[in-house]
Amino acid sequence: MARRATITLDLRRLVGRWSLRAADHTGRFTFLVLDMLRGVAEWRIYLPRTFEQAQQVGYGSLFIVLLVAGFAGAVTSLQTGYQFTGTLPLYYAGAVISESMILELGPVLTALILAGRIGARYAAELGSMRVTEQIDALESLGRSPITHLLMPRVFAGILVIPALTMFANATGIVVGFFTAKGSLGLTYADFEYGARYFFRPLDLWYSLVKSYCFAAAATVIPCYLGFNAQQGAEGVGRATTTAVVSASVSILLLDVVITQLLLGVK
Amino acid sequence: MIQVINVSKRFLHNIVLDGVSLEVRDGETVALLGPSGVGKSVLLKHINGLMKPDAGDVIVDGLSVPRLKRKEIQQLRSKIGYVFQYGALFDSMSVYENIRLGITDETCANDDGYCNDRVKECLRLVNLAPDVAEKYPAELSGGMKKRVGIARAIAGAPKYLLYDEPTSGLDPVNADVIDALIERLRDELGVTSVVVSHDVRGSFRVADRVALLWQAKIRADGTPEQVLASQDAAVQQFLERDLEMGLIQAEGEARAKRGA
Ligand SMILES: Nc1ncnc2c1ncn2[C@@H]1O[C@H](COP(=O)(O)OP(=O)(O)O)[C@@H](O)[C@H]1O
Ligand SMILES: [Mg+2]
Repeated sequence: MARRATITLDLRRLVGRWSLRAADHTGRFTFLVLDMLRGVAEWRIYLPRTFEQAQQVGYGSLFIVLLVAGFAGAVTSLQTGYQFTGTLPLYYAGAVISESMILELGPVLTALILAGRIGARYAAELGSMRVTEQIDALESLGRSPITHLLMPRVFAGILVIPALTMFANATGIVVGFFTAKGSLGLTYADFEYGARYFFRPLDLWYSLVKSYCFAAAATVIPCYLGFNAQQGAEGVGRATTTAVVSASVSILLLDVVITQLLLGVK
Repeated sequence: MIQVINVSKRFLHNIVLDGVSLEVRDGETVALLGPSGVGKSVLLKHINGLMKPDAGDVIVDGLSVPRLKRKEIQQLRSKIGYVFQYGALFDSMSVYENIRLGITDETCANDDGYCNDRVKECLRLVNLAPDVAEKYPAELSGGMKKRVGIARAIAGAPKYLLYDEPTSGLDPVNADVIDALIERLRDELGVTSVVVSHDVRGSFRVADRVALLWQAKIRADGTPEQVLASQDAAVQQFLERDLEMGLIQAEGEARAKRGA
């Protein structure tokens, strides 16, 4: 009896502490986002730094993004071949490859890679700046860490991730086509016919909208966690792993929500 | 003028400041002494608003710091130089860029000629060679980082300066240079400063007034002579132990010199 009582009590305390923490995070996160919105007018400060950041993260991520997109296109193509042969006309493969790249694989894979690459980078950079008092130092000079540090990073991601997504889409489709050509003997005419037959201009917009939302999640969350890191090297480590995990999970959740909102059956 | 009025601050169960009051008049240098971990840095961060008091008020330049809006506090901070205990240099930037960021006035900060001269000047003031400007913080020794931190804090010609242990970890020669700089800034530019220290001798040299932070409260506050003459056991204990440490250190140095 007594033991059960303590367990319930512990549980209640745990839930209490957990909800306090959640409320605390929600509050701080909201304020951070509001601060960023308020800083938009100060483009003179964040714009040059944004381009600097965009170059650093953009070029560095291009290779891995294209590599992954290429493999995704190839595998989609092979699987389509495996499933379709003998049941559906070959040109369907063109549709499946291009649609699955544009609608799902391009945006999601790119965002997940970037959540790992730049999410970890942002959280670690800002976290170590926090624990070595560099963020305090910036504030002590009358400068805002939001416009000097956070906004350039977030905007760099929002510039770079959708652009990389479009490259990823293209690469996946091209590699997918060549794989289908090799394995199924799909001709370019058939591929193009299939791809065009099911393609709607909305699809590209949808791909872009998705990747903008993912970009926001992959940058704002790590920036928030790094910015609020505490307690030395361990805190920075914790911020970094949490950043990658929560950015990735948010991307997957957003994927479901956006798909339901934009393409969901009414 | 800087007024700290009945400030209390706690971190969870750790009560760091408990009704602390301190006044620094214009043009005055106050040394804030206390054992390490007592909350000297925490008190200093309340003065430029890096931390907010749980209770009490901080008034700088006639403005209540905890109640200022974002723009107002940014403006106030550009008048307050802050020397961080561990330098807190921006490690992705060169020494030059670090010090240049300290130039807070908008028009000056955009004038390359002025900035180059000012950076050189500030490096000279903290006794660093001009070629240090090209280096990155990771390439500097601890004492050099500290002095770059001081250079950055004074670059904007602030009206107030808050030094967090500016001489700890420096060799005696450079500690003297920094002490002399603190005195010069007061005498020539009328800078109002708070110098946090646990080095009793150095701070008695530069300070007009000395305050001792002890167990979350200001235990003593007065001219160096008054504080030295205090009958308070805690004050006596702190001063004696530290002066003794100084003596031992001085002896050790003398011995090392003789040996060398
Ligand atoms: N950001 C913080 N979070 C929690 N505790 C802190 C924080 N900053 C300082 N403290 C605590 O406040 C006390 C005083 O610290 P500090 O002001 O750095 O001492 P010092 O007098 O050596 O400068 C210490 O016990 C420290 O653990
Ligand atoms: Mg300290």
